[in-house]
Amino acid sequence: MNGVHDLGGMDGFGPVEPEPDEPAFHAAWEGRVMAINRAMGAAGAWNIDMARDARERLPADFAFRASYYERWERAMEDQVVAGGLVAPDEIAAGHARSRGRSLPKPPLSADKLDPVMTRGTFARPAPAPARFKAGDRVRTRNINPETHTRLPRYARNHVGVIERVQGCHVFPDSSALGKGDDPQWLYTVVFEATELWGEDADPRLKISIEAFEPYLEAA
Amino acid sequence: MRALETVLTEKGYVDPAALDAIVDAYQTKIGPRNGAAVVAKAWTDPIFKRALLDDATKAVATLGHVARTGDHLVAVENTAKRHNVIVCTLCSCYPWEVLGLPPVWYKSAPYRSRVVKDPRGVLADFGLTLPKDTEVRVWDSTAETRFIVLPMRPEGTDGWSEQQLAELVTRDSMVGTGLARRPSEIQR
Repeated sequence: MNGVHDLGGMDGFGPVEPEPDEPAFHAAWEGRVMAINRAMGAAGAWNIDMARDARERLPADFAFRASYYERWERAMEDQVVAGGLVAPDEIAAGHARSRGRSLPKPPLSADKLDPVMTRGTFARPAPAPARFKAGDRVRTRNINPETHTRLPRYARNHVGVIERVQGCHVFPDSSALGKGDDPQWLYTVVFEATELWGEDADPRLKISIEAFEPYLEAA
Repeated sequence: MRALETVLTEKGYVDPAALDAIVDAYQTKIGPRNGAAVVAKAWTDPIFKRALLDDATKAVATLGHVARTGDHLVAVENTAKRHNVIVCTLCSCYPWEVLGLPPVWYKSAPYRSRVVKDPRGVLADFGLTLPKDTEVRVWDSTAETRFIVLPMRPEGTDGWSEQQLAELVTRDSMVGTGLARRPSEIQR
């Protein structure tokens, strides 16, 4: 969806402000929110694409005002309610009225953190040979789905070159909707800055995205 | 405790002890020292460096002292001709296992919006000015591939051990918003 999360190329946000000796979390609740997301994912309540999709569907005015972990927290509240795992009045009350349903996997326990702390593989067997190879010129499609996609707006309808074939991976556009892995070939596609930003752009700048095959056509 | 954790705990979906352990891991175990060890190894061992650039996940797995790393890690090498910078314009994708949690600026709108269009301006916010003829390459992490920059080894470090070299490797140098520190910048 063309949401406020898709920031590449926008102006007006001001300078980047690095923070010296930044802590992992700026408040204890931030760590809890991050950990809840991991634990619920490990229990099979959602996958990473569904979690991103939920954050992207937050109301735009809230998303702009909220901090990073405030967005995560609100999106998880939306997810557990939408998934029927928690009743809305339980969130409002801050307490459960009844035990939860069983999730696909048991709750994460502290002595079994490995699957959470190491990313799993997103590679899947390829249903068909890769359509493109390194060096091929491609044009990104002009798509504007109202659902989740990983093709950023700034890189749509532009010509680039396949630089690497990254394997066949879970397709987020499908996975986010709960429609399965729908494996697709993934490529590093590199663009000249002048292609993306016009002739005044830095001629010594190149930008790449990781693009799934359905985002691309031969150019 | 916030409402969400209380509710999810009472429903039986999460175990607070597991949450404690996850938080603790990111505060004490998983951070840029892991990535720095990888970089220092690559600076001293050409065979490892080649393996790292070919398949970073496999190469890092051969280092027993570095945390386990998931699939699809890609190392990209800075040279005198090319400087690499990493971003996720759509969310906050970052090589957590080798660098720890991303800093706030990496997740922020100013960085994510501007670095794909004006990376030299963003680098200036970090006090970094590259030579005009250095090519800048920005990697937008729009899938589950994760990138780590292999910074250039500073001059004046001949004969240094891996442990000494690792002290020069900053988080920002592995994101591309900084360079590795010079020997004069650390106290030895």
